[in-house]
Amino acid sequence: MSKDQHISTQLSIDVPEPPARPGSVPDFSHIPLSGAGEVGRPPVDVKPSEMRDLAYSLVRVLDDDGRACGEWTPNLSEEALRRGLRAMEKTRAFDKRMLMAQRQGKTSFYMQCTGEEAIACGQQLVLNKGDMSFPTYRQQGLLIAQDIPLTRLMNQIFNNAEDPLQGRQLPILYSEKDYGHFSLSGNVATQIIHAVGWAMASGMMGDDKIAAGWIGDGSTAESDFYAALLFASVYRAPVILNVVNNQWAISTFSGIAGSKSDATLASRGHGHGIASIRADGNDFLTVYAVSAWAAERARRNLGPTVIEWVTYRAAAHSTSDDPSQYRSVDEAAHWPLGDPIDRLKQHMIASEMWTDQAHKQMQAELDDEVRAAFKEAESHGTLHDSTRLHAKEMFEHVYADPPERLRRQRQECGY
Amino acid sequence: MARMTMIEAIRDGLAVKLEDDPKIAIFGEDAGYFGGVFRCTSGLQEKFGKTRVFDTPINELGIIGVAIGMAAYGVRPVPEIQFADYILPAYDQLVSEAARLRYRSGGQFSCPITVRTPCGGGIFGGQTHSQSPEAIFAHVSGLKTVMPSTPYDAKGMLIAAIEDDDPVIFLEPKRLYNGPFDGHHDRPVTPWKNHEASETPDGRYKVPLGKAAIRREGDAVTVLAYGTMVHVAASAIEETGIDAELIDLRSLLPLDEKTIAESVRKTGRCVVVHEATRTCGYGAELVTTVQELCFYSLEAPIIRVTGYDTPYPHAQEWLYFPSPERVADALRKVMAP
Repeated sequence: MSKDQHISTQLSIDVPEPPARPGSVPDFSHIPLSGAGEVGRPPVDVKPSEMRDLAYSLVRVLDDDGRACGEWTPNLSEEALRRGLRAMEKTRAFDKRMLMAQRQGKTSFYMQCTGEEAIACGQQLVLNKGDMSFPTYRQQGLLIAQDIPLTRLMNQIFNNAEDPLQGRQLPILYSEKDYGHFSLSGNVATQIIHAVGWAMASGMMGDDKIAAGWIGDGSTAESDFYAALLFASVYRAPVILNVVNNQWAISTFSGIAGSKSDATLASRGHGHGIASIRADGNDFLTVYAVSAWAAERARRNLGPTVIEWVTYRAAAHSTSDDPSQYRSVDEAAHWPLGDPIDRLKQHMIASEMWTDQAHKQMQAELDDEVRAAFKEAESHGTLHDSTRLHAKEMFEHVYADPPERLRRQRQECGY
Repeated sequence: MARMTMIEAIRDGLAVKLEDDPKIAIFGEDAGYFGGVFRCTSGLQEKFGKTRVFDTPINELGIIGVAIGMAAYGVRPVPEIQFADYILPAYDQLVSEAARLRYRSGGQFSCPITVRTPCGGGIFGGQTHSQSPEAIFAHVSGLKTVMPSTPYDAKGMLIAAIEDDDPVIFLEPKRLYNGPFDGHHDRPVTPWKNHEASETPDGRYKVPLGKAAIRREGDAVTVLAYGTMVHVAASAIEETGIDAELIDLRSLLPLDEKTIAESVRKTGRCVVVHEATRTCGYGAELVTTVQELCFYSLEAPIIRVTGYDTPYPHAQEWLYFPSPERVADALRKVMAP
């Protein structure tokens, strides 16, 4: 082409914007949805190349009327559903109480998982003793669904004398090895690659344990996520790679992380030949069914699965955040996939295994349980009162065997 | 007992650990089938199998990231980063994760990984195959940072590092892999077999991390060095005839302050030598330490001989590299009345 023939285009870039900002009507039409029961369930030993459509559609079991539909409908007992519902309500009651505690100055910081309870509470059901989760800061449901004593979590949040992490970590950055819960970093994305390494080690040692890694939509932009996909794929690690797409990374909508209807976060697995599924994260039955599929795949040594959980962060990012500055205040009400607790409750009532009255009674019991745990935790101290940890603990656990220099610094500090 | 190069000694140390602990795993770029670009893992995959010694994608973040996950499981990984210059994509994993895991989990999890990586120049590697990044690791609480200077130490320190319950950055001065290079680049290379420190015992032995070695006793001045610079300083000492005490630190963190302080209190003078750039280099820490511990024994200002504060050049390598002449000048200067 000669210079004269060249068609000149003035170049530009695109900076994606969410469909709605404060003051405008919330709009989620950019998020592709499938009907409940519409997406088929491939066999667990399917080749990833034969299920590529599952990264773009949306696995949904419960319909808008609370009916379970289609091939993904899991075979869960009434008892399991009641426990699931209870775990989700308990998580929400815990969040509510701890938010209040932060407002009262009893801790510096808190993060709720409002609207996302089904994901952690549902996945925990498919994990066995000895498996290991590498969660982000919004999967408290993994611990609460195991009925960890709430006081133990509160002691960490208050950094009090009974804090299992001895005051070193920000509130909610738990570490609970006995509950299959890896130490939370506070950096985002760094730990999904650890899940892959842990799963590789399980495979290298001929064990039967699997790992579950977690990451948020915003953090999928980090190189760590691609490293995790790469290593999981290359070494066929027995791992579930959970991507929680709650639409918002603080104030940044998922489009800035490159999430598009024709380039979903689930589809990130495709370039690595990983089985990839996009699923309704606000439906407890879907979460259980898809997690069980991925867990079975890992346990049968068939390799990793990427699951994008489509959900909505109904509350603020953290107690330091004010979402009214960047999104409509009533956005949650427009979210097309509803609230996970309401939906499971609706399903159980429609199936005549639950009643409104039973639900109210359960909520009251949970409030009592949370209140009692809170009282006990408070008796061991809160962040700003005098029963705090001894400063000597600041110097412990830096090394198994502290270097001489560190010993001297501890003495210098007065301990 | 056999005379070994540093490469052979490292390989032998790895083989000893692979043999006696089924939870040791070795991996890195070209580290599996081929045995590493410097041949340190040569033959290990064939002997121990490919789930214990294997190749990785070219992704340092991933190499260290999976190593941390494996360590959390209970495996003791010994990942290799092909050149220390390539370690930076893994820096976040090392600093924010490996170094912090024991502390932030209240001791529930730990990270006993040994990151082997060749460092230093003198091989015409240019900016990206020559750097000495020890200071950016020694600065991080929770990491240990070590650098051997002989085959004997390389094997013994490597075994100690692998058995250590915390993450260790194991820097291998690549110019010493095949011989005790003394900085005289224009002279024929001396092979390790002529050096007594190439005598490497069979089987398992440890050289403890945190213990310096006095390579030459002397009364006039203390020279603090590690890695290749130990041999460079030794030749400068010999050529000047100054009765210097040469301390090979071997371990930067933990640091053997006792050996340093005893020596400087005796000599009253100190020269610090390293290959890395000067500003905020590890020498700054050494000078401060000597000042804190030995101020009233000092008879002259402490002198640093280091790489210049430039990127590591290619054609000008021997201008940049701290030569025996520069070390000799510093020795004469510190001895001047």
